[in-house]
Amino acid sequence: MSRKLEFIVLAILLIFAAQFIYISATTHAEYGGADDKPAGVIDQITGGTYKPIAKPIWEPPSAEIESLLFALQAAIGAGVIGYFLGYYRAKKTMKTSLPTNEKANPKGQ
Amino acid sequence: MHIMEGLLPARWCLIWFAVSIPVVLYGIYKMNRLVKEKREILPLLAVAGAFIFVLSSLKLPSLVTQSCSHPTGTGIAAIFFGPAITAVLSIIVLIFQALFLAHGGFTTLGANVFSMGIVGPLVSYLIYKAGVKARINFYFVVFLAATFGDWATYIVTSTQLALAFPAGGVLTYGAFLSSFSTFAAIFAFTQVPIAIIEGAVSALLFKYVVEVKSDILVEMKVLEDSVVRKLRGLSA
Repeated sequence: MSRKLEFIVLAILLIFAAQFIYISATTHAEYGGADDKPAGVIDQITGGTYKPIAKPIWEPPSAEIESLLFALQAAIGAGVIGYFLGYYRAKKTMKTSLPTNEKANPKGQ
Repeated sequence: MHIMEGLLPARWCLIWFAVSIPVVLYGIYKMNRLVKEKREILPLLAVAGAFIFVLSSLKLPSLVTQSCSHPTGTGIAAIFFGPAITAVLSIIVLIFQALFLAHGGFTTLGANVFSMGIVGPLVSYLIYKAGVKARINFYFVVFLAATFGDWATYIVTSTQLALAFPAGGVLTYGAFLSSFSTFAAIFAFTQVPIAIIEGAVSALLFKYVVEVKSDILVEMKVLEDSVVRKLRGLSA
């Protein structure tokens, strides 16, 4: 089957990775989290008068723990996607291969 | 796109909750009905939710502002199930991140659901429907839907922050615009390359779902049978 879309996506990812490697190697960019920046901007706009109305219930004690939890989140998601796509694929192959053996590996698969 | 815990004044927290809660409730109702009618969609629902889980955990570096931000992953769910159900899937992820990662927060949950779970998916959904009608290349439509849904999410976040914190403290159009451009510089610009990645990966997942389970998509009226046959034939 055609893998055109895969190649396009791969190309996009490679361009993305290449520009990142190039820029991070040639500059001292920090690559901090965009989600953490508004707090500082709000301080500037309000002249430091705005105090957050709540604090997180629990915070990961270190960057290591935080990345552990983010990795866990991604792993759970990836596991679920892989499981069900595999389940569907196997089910479909079974269906097409049961009646006749000729159909077991149709070209469109 | 996550507005951190406590970063919105109480008034704005309430406003965004008031807007978001009805949509989430409607989404829960719709989801229950759908699952009851068609039990076989459950795995697809899990895949769409899991995709949000994966993508929203990936903080990607952006060359535009040289900071890191994450995709939303809501495009697929929006295309399959519509914005209301996507709001339910998003709130699950947002609660997970608020609870375990101190990322986002409970006071700002309403605002974050509104941007990531409602407006972004709505934009994706509308672009998808329009693109399918216009008979543009199918995977390109999915790419556009996911990419613009992602951008829309971050534009909404910038808008929410600018509304709560207009320059000079008084909410006028000019003050809003001035604040908006500051917040948009953080979020919207950073998001340009990241949204493109999100669009590309979403198109890929869509392709795989079409390959293995197109019948259910036809049944849910996401795709027409003729389109599936064409995609199968071409398998771009």
